[in-house]
Amino acid sequence: MTSPAIVGRDVTKVYRRHAHRHQFRTLKSALLTGSVLSDLRPEETFTALDGVSFEVPRGATFGVVGENGSGKSTLLKLVAGITRPTRGALSVDGRVSALIELGAGFHPEISGRENVAINGVMLGLTRREVDRRFDEIVDFAELQEFIDAPVKTYSSGMYMRLGFAVAIHVDPDVLLIDEVLAVGDEAFTRKCLDKIAEFRRRGKTILFVTHSLGLVEKMCDDALWLRHGRAALRGDPKRVVDAYLTHVAAGEEAQLRSGRAPDAWSLSGEEAAGEPPLGPGYRRGRWGSREVEIRAVSVQDARGRERHVFVPGETVALVISVHAPRPVTDFVFGVGLFAADGTSVYGTNTDIEGFSPRRLEGDAVVRLTLEGLSLVEGTYLLDLAAHRRDGTPYDYLRGLHSLRVKSRIRDVGVYRPAHRWSFEGGAEIAPAEAPREIELGDDHRG
Amino acid sequence: MIAAVRSLIRYRALVQSLVSRELKARYRGSVLGFLWSFVNPLLLLLTYTLVFTVILPNRQPDIQPFFLFLFCGILPWTWFQASLGESSGVIITSGNLIKKVLFPAEVLPTVAVLANLAHFLLGLPILVAFLAFKGRLAWTALLLPLPILVQLVLSLGLALFLSALTVHFRDIQNILTHVLHLWFFATPVIYSYAAIPEGSLLRRVLRLNPMTHVIVTYQQMLFHGNVDHWRGLFLALLVGTVAFAAGAFLFDRLRDTLPEEV
Repeated sequence: MTSPAIVGRDVTKVYRRHAHRHQFRTLKSALLTGSVLSDLRPEETFTALDGVSFEVPRGATFGVVGENGSGKSTLLKLVAGITRPTRGALSVDGRVSALIELGAGFHPEISGRENVAINGVMLGLTRREVDRRFDEIVDFAELQEFIDAPVKTYSSGMYMRLGFAVAIHVDPDVLLIDEVLAVGDEAFTRKCLDKIAEFRRRGKTILFVTHSLGLVEKMCDDALWLRHGRAALRGDPKRVVDAYLTHVAAGEEAQLRSGRAPDAWSLSGEEAAGEPPLGPGYRRGRWGSREVEIRAVSVQDARGRERHVFVPGETVALVISVHAPRPVTDFVFGVGLFAADGTSVYGTNTDIEGFSPRRLEGDAVVRLTLEGLSLVEGTYLLDLAAHRRDGTPYDYLRGLHSLRVKSRIRDVGVYRPAHRWSFEGGAEIAPAEAPREIELGDDHRG
Repeated sequence: MIAAVRSLIRYRALVQSLVSRELKARYRGSVLGFLWSFVNPLLLLLTYTLVFTVILPNRQPDIQPFFLFLFCGILPWTWFQASLGESSGVIITSGNLIKKVLFPAEVLPTVAVLANLAHFLLGLPILVAFLAFKGRLAWTALLLPLPILVQLVLSLGLALFLSALTVHFRDIQNILTHVLHLWFFATPVIYSYAAIPEGSLLRRVLRLNPMTHVIVTYQQMLFHGNVDHWRGLFLALLVGTVAFAAGAFLFDRLRDTLPEEV
């Protein structure tokens, strides 16, 4: 067994935040109050990383996922040696190159050629090494025609390409990548990924911070999920990504739940008039005579648990509790489903589908079950209504409830028919590594 | 301090590249380009000559022709002043490097000092040419590396000190302009040190200023053709070494805070 390339033991990073805003702190006041030294002491601290331990074996590709502000970039800076851990130990074996900020050292006034030379030295090459790799770098960046123009004339894409080309040609033993592949056009991104794949083949160690979970699953051997500066989970990338996605979905659930505050306000009997329009002709609100009143709405899964985030193919039940103070004989229940921009996705009611009302009095529960949710990812607004057959509303709730569909398949549109691909004849095509849907299971019921 | 020197030696390729970049970039895009390194000191000299021959004529016999005496002091002073002025803000303006790239921060103030040293060295031949033309050039000019070395050590120390501290106290950049201005007048550049009466308060103040001894040495070696002030230069070397040690110490203490505060 070879020793690991990166070892972190209980790595903690505490950032200082000074109580005064920086702009307002002056040397004069510091001198006058004699607080020069105490001003340099932290008065408030922020723990960006809290006791994170991990190990990256030599030649492995290690992915780090987490929400913004979870400490991913801090971890990368620590491994790069830009900052030091406050507590704990971190050791990196071999030459490190960090793709954190591409072209950070470029000087705008001088040519690309001179910048490559200086940037290479900055990243740890000798001049001779830079000279040897120069053509390769320029070829990779596809900047042959512009290499003698000052860098300030470059487009941001060209700038990034040159920055990436230099950094990748430093030929590090350990490569750190921070979400930099989002730059450049499709073709260049592909090229970068190819280069990274080549690195993997050559047994280099890669530490990878990204929001692109697909890349983590595809490229990484091992992954770490950081949550508020702590290691939430470490291990198989697929498992880590799944757990992370489930957590994100649960967070959205909570948000949607708390986002239902307007309901309470609406259900108090006020007419919602001031809501901004969502799309042409779509306005949130509630109106009607309340001869039949909608008292509660619940979006449930197949097992009858209230949920707001679903995956395609799941069964969703809309459960509407109504109340009629006096007997009513002319009534229709309707449901509409709208995309976030107000586009109608589907609408139906009991009248259209041929149900004949007989009598409604007191409390009742209406349940509409949608089997095999045929929607693509997105947020959908619900219309729920009780009205007369001629359309006169008893109680109409427009856009006050919603449900969210989360999917790993990036298909588009408003409707996802159940479908299947098949190929015959001369088409040779490998079966898809079936993209599994996110597990929205038992653990996030808040 | 030894660690600081060692790290500067270790990064010499980087320092070298950055200094040459600095020199290339400075006049890039201007019509005269590199000639500015020569034109700048000439214009500066012209201004001062105008002031001290037309507006405030200086007739002190031992420092005539005055414009030449002036040149001997102004050239190194410009190096000193520009080095400190630039290094105080250099870490803030290069914040991206410090924050996003593994970059030895002490390289930045060093580059500021060395790039200005290069400008000084480029201006030197013009001064020498004028001296030769006036028949003033003496063998003592060969000893110039000594005051240059002393000034280099002193400037590096102050540059390290200022660059790190300015990150925490941005006011330094503003104050520094005025401090340097005052310092200029408290150094015998536009007047003769020898003309200040022995025992006077001004003389005592001047003696405390290490730059006095450096500038006087330049003037003696280039203009007067002697090295009578060598004791003063030695003193300045001691002060410079202490400044370097203090600057390196402070820089090292604040090093870890730099990426976070920039």
